[in-house]
Order: sequence, then structure tokens, then C-alpha cells
Amino acid sequence: MVNMGPQHPSTHGVFRMVLWVDGERIVDAEPHIGYLHRGSEKLCEGELYPQIITLFDRMDYLANYNMEMAFCATVEKIMGITVPDRAEYIRVILCELNRICSHMLFYGTMGLDAGAMTPIMYGFRERERIQNLFEAVSGARMMHNYFRIGGLREDPPDDFAERVAGILPALAQGIEEGDKLLTYNEVFLARSRGVGVLSGQDALDYGLSGPSLRASGIPDDIRVTEPYSIYDRFDFDIPVGNNGDTWDRYAMRVEEMRQSLRIIEQALEQMPDDGPIKATGVRGIPRPPEGEVYVRVETPRGEMGVYLVSDGGDKPYRLKVRPPSFANLQALRPMLRGVYIADAVMILGSLDIVLGEVDR
Amino acid sequence: MLSTLKGMLMTLRTSLRKPVTAQYPKEHLPLMERQVGFPALTWDADVSEPYCVGCMVCVRMCPTQCMSGTMIDNPHHAEGKSTRRKIIEEFEINLGRCILCGLCVEVCNFDAIEMSHEHEISHFARNGRRSDLPVLLEMGKKYQSETNWISPAVKKAAIAAEKAAAAPAAEAGETKEDVSAVADETEGEAK
Ligand code: SF4
Ligand code: SF4
Repeated sequence: MVNMGPQHPSTHGVFRMVLWVDGERIVDAEPHIGYLHRGSEKLCEGELYPQIITLFDRMDYLANYNMEMAFCATVEKIMGITVPDRAEYIRVILCELNRICSHMLFYGTMGLDAGAMTPIMYGFRERERIQNLFEAVSGARMMHNYFRIGGLREDPPDDFAERVAGILPALAQGIEEGDKLLTYNEVFLARSRGVGVLSGQDALDYGLSGPSLRASGIPDDIRVTEPYSIYDRFDFDIPVGNNGDTWDRYAMRVEEMRQSLRIIEQALEQMPDDGPIKATGVRGIPRPPEGEVYVRVETPRGEMGVYLVSDGGDKPYRLKVRPPSFANLQALRPMLRGVYIADAVMILGSLDIVLGEVDR
Repeated sequence: MLSTLKGMLMTLRTSLRKPVTAQYPKEHLPLMERQVGFPALTWDADVSEPYCVGCMVCVRMCPTQCMSGTMIDNPHHAEGKSTRRKIIEEFEINLGRCILCGLCVEVCNFDAIEMSHEHEISHFARNGRRSDLPVLLEMGKKYQSETNWISPAVKKAAIAAEKAAAAPAAEAGETKEDVSAVADETEGEAK
């Protein structure tokens, strides 16, 4: 029996696994979560709607915009608010940039897990471009608190479109460079091909979502199958893997970054230059009508669902979050059976979990 | 062989590049215009008093409940110097608990609180950054002078005036009504 974590350099947060081993092989594994539990769901019941956005920022701290989007979309749906076009475009651009940003970190840590130091440097170089843009838009690099119910906090800077367009070529080049560096590297292939295989049916059974599910050959992306916001206006592909192994899960994300770039390019083209950024009629503290609603959005890690029960007050009666990483993590156990201990970290890394969101 | 040379060339090129890392405590990167720092109270230099009237809207809005304050009658108002009937007496923000969300700035109807550029507030004591009114005003004054701060209300009025000058008079009258309606509503909320 080997205890791995919670303070292990490569467990991507505070996460503990207990591994039963037979020599170098893993016989069984048991994940232990809860080290980062902050009771976000319960906290939400005591906070006003605008305050909850700050809590969502802190759940998946690598994809803050996507999380804000999830919550704002939920409240907008229950209140029947239509968000102005310009605000939607800006949201989508920021969300997709955030997706690239998050996948870039995944790319880097994946390299680290395999024992390569350079990818994380490349990844962080690209992240820096995006983070600087985020900082100029919202004033913060991480906890933006920029989306609002019905729109955005304030207009982005005047040169927003030019700045986004400006970093796109560099990002595209960065993705290609990173791809060339790691994807078909012989050592990396040897470590990741055929390791941690999960069949499509198993993936569905365990409730996987996002790139990890698509790697197992199931083309399911909420942006396409159930478009929220304005994703139905863009033309992009969903990459699908064949084998469901570690390499596939990695390659999905690299390809997804390219598709995100395509979405951003289209969004920049279609974005109206001028217009309101906040829906009219949303003033003060929102009080959604009585009822319940479930909204799901696609974060870099998969399906993020928010279930909201409102009793007509200024605070939610109950708010349940369906975090993608939590479900994805369930598949760790079957994937770990029979592999070498050295591969365990890589398989965990390939699921791209964020503990802040697993434990809430 | 060729690929080795290529790799070496790349290494050479990158090693000749200027480093991007700033040695933090000695060097500081320039702050962005929108940089969110800790909240500070603004100072109205015209009447030498804070903008804040102590309405407590921000205190109620703060998600971490790190603010508190009390209000008194404004002596300047009695003397006829100021339009503010009430004024803040004591105000405290526990900056150590502030999460920099900016909600307090957003709900303030009097432009009295701003996210300053202050971000280095480490302290040895746990509650060492419980900042009271003078400290917050000092931060605010620094921020105001650094950024040539103009009250957003004044800015908005200037833009509205410009628009009104350009647009026909009838339309201008309408927008004015709108503004007063908004003000009414926000006041209602404050109560
Ligand atoms: S909302 Fe503005 S005026 Fe009211 S107490 Fe806060 S800072 Fe002062
Ligand atoms: S920025 Fe947020 S946490 Fe900080 S004092 Fe203002 S409302 Fe409170």
C-alpha cells in the first residue's frame, strides 16, 4: 500500500490517493478528496446573487470566466433576461481565451508529469499573453468578477478587439510550436500511448465529460449539442479520439486550443463595435422568480452544471453545482488498475482536474 | 546532425534574448490602468471632506463582511459649505479579509470608494491591516493624484452635456428625466 499525496508535487492540488501495489503494478487505487472543501454550495445560500459570482470565480480557478458564465447564464435563464449581443460576444471571446489559457497549463503540466521541463515554459509564455489581456480587461489576473447577471461589469478597453486580434497569431504559433515539441516526441508517445485506456462505454458510465470523454470517442460538446450563449453562430469542429488513452486525452486539448482560436476569430469578425453591454431592466440586486432551473456550460474540463432553486428572494434557496472534474475523477480508479506506479501521475494529469472544483 | 544544429541555433537565439523576469522586490512591473488594488476612500478636495456619506450600502454588499462604519451629521453642511447632509465618521476595512471583488465600488452611488492601485499590504500581525478612515483616505488621495482621478459622475455629466449640445433639445430633456428616475430608484434601494 502506497500513500500518494496530499502533498505530492504532481497531484495537481491537494489530492490523496491510496494505491495498492504488487511490485511496480497498481492493483487498486482509492482517491481521497475533500482537502480543499470550502462549502461553496452552502455559502451560496447565504449570499446575494451578485456576491455569488465571486464564489464561482474561486471554484475552478483556472477557468474563472467560464465559471462566471455558468452562474450568470443560470440566473439569466430563470429570470428570462436576454443579454445584449455585444456582451455575449465579449463573453465568448473571454471564455475561449480562458479555455486556451487553461489548456496551456494542462499542456505544461502534462510535460512535467512525463518528465519534460520545457513544455511548461512554453505554456506559461502563451498564458502570459492571455493573462495580460485579462488584466487589462478586468483588472485582475485570476479572480476577475467581470461578468454580471445580464451582461458585463464595464466596457472592455477601447482597443479590446485590436488587442485580442493582436495576440491571436502569436498564440497560434505558440500552439504549433508546443505541438511540435511534445505531441509526437518518441518518449512521450511511449509513456502515453495505450496507457490508462478508458472505453467509450465506460466513459459514459462514469459520467465523464469534456475532452476526457471525447478522447474515448464520444463526440459530445455542450457548445454544439446544446448551444448556450451564442455558440450556435460559430463554425468549429469537435476533436474526437479513438483509443481513450492518455495520449488521446492530451491531443484533444491541443486540438481544442486551435478550435478555440477559430471561434475567437469568428467572434471578432461578427462582434458589433458599439452597443450596450448590460441588459436593460437589471438594476440593483436581482430577485429571480420562484422556480428551479438547470443550466450546463462547457468549461475547459467538461460539463459544468448549475442547479438553482429560487424562492423569490435575493438569495438562492439552494444551489447545486455539478463540477466536471469531480465526475472525471471517478474514472481514475478503473484507469489505474494494472498500470505502473510511474504512470499514475500521468493518468491523473491527463484528466486535468482542478481540486478547487472537485471539493468546492 | 541537422536537427542538432537547428536545436543549438534555437538555444543560442533564446539565450541572447533579454530576460522577461523582473526581480520582484527590487523591480516592479508597470501597473495596468484597470489594475484592481485594495479599496480606498476618495477625497473631495473642493470642500476638504471625503466623498463618503456613510450610507452603508457597500458595507451590506461586501461578500466577506470586512467593512464597517458610522455616519454623523456633516458640520460643513450646517455651515453651508457642502451639499452632503451626512458624512462618514468612522470607517474601517479589514484589508486582510478583502477579496478585491470590487462590489463595494460598484454599488456606491457617491463615487466615494475606488479600487486603488495599492496591492502590497503584507503585515506581521493577522489583523494588522484593519485600516481606518485616515489610512483609507490617504490611500485614496494617493490613487487620485496618481491617476488624475475625476469623479465618474462629473465625467458622465460632461459626456452627457457634450451629447446634449449635439442632440436636439427635446432629447436632452428626456435623458435628464431618465437620470433622475435612476437616482430615485437607487436612493430607494439605499434605504
Ligand atoms: S456606499 Fe459609498 S457613500 Fe455609502 S458608505 Fe460606502 S463608500 Fe460611503
Ligand atoms: S472589494 Fe469586495 S471584499 Fe473588498 S471591501 Fe469591497 S466589497 Fe468587500
